[in-house]
Amino acid sequence: MNVRAKSIGGQVGRSVPRLEALSKVTGRAEYVHNLRLPRMLTGKIVRSTVAHGRIKRIDTTEAEQIAGVDRVITSADIVKVIPHPFYGPAFHDQPILAMDKVHYVGEPVAVVLAEDPHVAEEAAQLVLVEYEELPAVFDEVEAAQNKAVVHEALKPAGTFPDLMHLNGIRGTNIALDFKLRRGDANKAFAESERIYEHTFRTQQVLHVPLEPFVSVAETDGMAITIHTASQSPSFVRLEIARLLGWTENRVHVRVPFLGGGFGAKLYIKLEALVAALSLIVLRPVKISLTMEEQFYTLTKHASTFRIKSALDKEGRITARECEVWWNGGAYADIGPRITQKSGFTAPGPYNIDNVNIDSYALYTNLTPAGALRGFGIPQLVWAYESHTDLLAREIGMDPVDFRRKNLLRDGQAQATGTIVKDMGAVACLERTAELMNWSAPFDRGSGTIRRGRGVAVGFKASISPTTSVAIVNISADGSCTLLCGTVDMGQGSDTAMAQIVAEVLNMTTEDIRVVHSDTDVVPYDMATLGSRSTFHMGHAVRLAAEDAKQKVAALANEVGMKAGTNMPLRELFLRKYKMQAGNIIGSGAYIPSYASPDHHTGLSDNVTPFWMVGATGIELEVDTETGHFKITKMINVGDVGRAINPQIVESQLSGAAIMQLGFTTTEKMEFDAGQVVNASFADYKIPGMLDVPEMQSEIVVAEQTNGPFGAKGVGESGTFGVSPAIANAIEDAVGVRISSLPITPEAVYRAIRVSQNDPIGE
Amino acid sequence: MTVKRKSVQFELNGRKVSAEVAPHHTLVEMLQGQFGLYGARESCGQGLCGCCTVIVDDKSVSGCLQLASLVDGTKVRTVEGLSDGLTLDPVQEAFIETGAFQCGFCTPGYLLMTKELLAANPDPDDDFIRHYLAGNLCRCGAYPEIISAIKLAASKSRKPGARHAS
Repeated sequence: MNVRAKSIGGQVGRSVPRLEALSKVTGRAEYVHNLRLPRMLTGKIVRSTVAHGRIKRIDTTEAEQIAGVDRVITSADIVKVIPHPFYGPAFHDQPILAMDKVHYVGEPVAVVLAEDPHVAEEAAQLVLVEYEELPAVFDEVEAAQNKAVVHEALKPAGTFPDLMHLNGIRGTNIALDFKLRRGDANKAFAESERIYEHTFRTQQVLHVPLEPFVSVAETDGMAITIHTASQSPSFVRLEIARLLGWTENRVHVRVPFLGGGFGAKLYIKLEALVAALSLIVLRPVKISLTMEEQFYTLTKHASTFRIKSALDKEGRITARECEVWWNGGAYADIGPRITQKSGFTAPGPYNIDNVNIDSYALYTNLTPAGALRGFGIPQLVWAYESHTDLLAREIGMDPVDFRRKNLLRDGQAQATGTIVKDMGAVACLERTAELMNWSAPFDRGSGTIRRGRGVAVGFKASISPTTSVAIVNISADGSCTLLCGTVDMGQGSDTAMAQIVAEVLNMTTEDIRVVHSDTDVVPYDMATLGSRSTFHMGHAVRLAAEDAKQKVAALANEVGMKAGTNMPLRELFLRKYKMQAGNIIGSGAYIPSYASPDHHTGLSDNVTPFWMVGATGIELEVDTETGHFKITKMINVGDVGRAINPQIVESQLSGAAIMQLGFTTTEKMEFDAGQVVNASFADYKIPGMLDVPEMQSEIVVAEQTNGPFGAKGVGESGTFGVSPAIANAIEDAVGVRISSLPITPEAVYRAIRVSQNDPIGE
Repeated sequence: MTVKRKSVQFELNGRKVSAEVAPHHTLVEMLQGQFGLYGARESCGQGLCGCCTVIVDDKSVSGCLQLASLVDGTKVRTVEGLSDGLTLDPVQEAFIETGAFQCGFCTPGYLLMTKELLAANPDPDDDFIRHYLAGNLCRCGAYPEIISAIKLAASKSRKPGARHAS
């Protein structure tokens, strides 16, 4: 692996080992998983067995007779402490426990509470629930026809102006319809003789962090403390306060380290449930999900994407039409935001004057879908980069040349009309091609082993506008503490943020202590998602450190020292307070400028503060007798601005690419009438060490001029190009196109047989 | 559930200990509930991910499947026993230096497996490492760094003049 970033100062740009490294290699790192409180009860969830149905009866008698069961809770108990128990970041559609109806298999219906988790588990099997089954819908395109309707009426949360018009609409599964119209696509299509259209699909997959969802709540009735494995402690605080009708300061949310998140542990998952349970029984309550239960909690959106392009004689894309259906499952979660915030990038990082986008968030009777490392972007890149390769093939142009001709460059307008700046799509493509030695002759294999190669480049806007606040506290001995709500779920944010403080205050990163995610003391942060933290929290932390620095100068002045004195901080404090006493508190808040897309045209001249780019190059060989393929080289290149910590940034790129490799080749949730049938690691295969190909991950150094120290987000960029680069390489090798994920040997073999006019049956 | 508990005596990270366990209690439950050791942790619950790895009599086991009552009379080693609190094991050092973890949830399992791997082969190549650790999963995908860490640990652990396995 090669890191080309140069250090610009002492601390930023240094590959500092993670600050929490010692606690992680000794097994002592704190996870909610470890927490046990006096008098704590464990909850075990009873889940729906039907995909869509009315609850006729819940019989808890037998379960309650089991020795050791404290009680069994249903929604009838929940409403006594939370009269309107519906939550969600975009729609208030998800009940804490099912109310009257269930909307997917696995939906929480009741909870058994016991001190012994084994007792709770045994008793949970004995809760009887009778349903009257209703017609269900599972496919996103079918859902758009509204034959079976998942929810009787739409219930937008009210926090997003662009959702307000949906309030109370009945008879539809379309939670949001995002539309963009740029130029005149219809005219451009009418004038073109070269029009190509394809449809691509992605499957349901899920995050499966190795630490499954876990939350604990304890309350004295006046305030409530929630210890939770959450990526969004500030949202949890606001949403629990809203549900309870309490002020924010009565809700205390604590988040230690997370054993992985990837977008799963956002918004409300178990937090509202444990909060309600602890208020009902006035004892601490913990719920830890099993691996299987993660399959009933949140997935990535399956999607169908119809994409159509018109080309001129020189191979320039003159128009593109995108129609995307997002399978949101039974509750909206953040799906409507994905539909819009990612939807507007559906035409890809290309300079196209005429664009139509229609992006639909749909309810179906499956596990709810939400954000997963890319916020919808990998689904879009899968389609537009597969399509882009097909276009190049159609006109006989080299796929790298075709992209060179059409890629967006700084100063040109993206589909929304926003002029792109510091968007390294061309740089990432060129570096990928260089590392692949693209212009050199390529060995195409022989006999039954055929070789191919492919590239893909994707991009993403940041989720805007969002706020981060940070506090820097200098103690009287001169030591420094950072209070920062970014959740360190493995991405190394504690270390990167400490590096920023150290850089500003001319300290050593290892000496900075980071206090994260305790809403009683740590200020607001929108959430740890969408690769927003390095940019947004990075700025807030920088501002807080600069504020502290100014206050240090003021203190020096106050005690009679000249500006720029090298007197140690502890001396300054001593001179003022006469003993080791006092603090200097610096604070910083950051929100970037932003203009919301117009409701009718989807256009905006300032849709994101920065763009992220990721490109992948793949070389592989396909066995034409079996369809098995082996990746022989994988190149991942990311434009990450300037890397605050090059070693951690590289790990983010390669880790993201490995995760996406799983989503591309092996991972797929299988359903039977809405029931997940492979909800375990025995049947749902995530990448292991043997699945990782020879890889090279590289940072393209492209200063993000408005970023903190030139940096921007990196957590997702490595996922963008992986899936289409593999599909493009397979077509290059054996001339067949796979248009649905995952790309399995069986899919490749079937396609080969179809191409030989000799298809095989089921 | 009224079940009869059984007393087990064993050596835990070099110290003689005893515990009262129910027949259905797993090794992980006992380590967490009775000894406050959380380094071995249940994740997949099926012995497929390696997060619960514990060494029993020099052999790795899945602590989420192994019954606690079976450790009677054995020597049990967990990640907490790798370091004496003053100095780190070379394997722990190597994982830090190479950045071989992100969230850290799977790390104790990898550390213990690496100890076992290096005992079996003090000079492992990539292929040996990949096959030996095929039963451990890291969802953050720190695999390239873990392979580097193991090679570094191998070079740290080899004493000068020691015979290298090929």
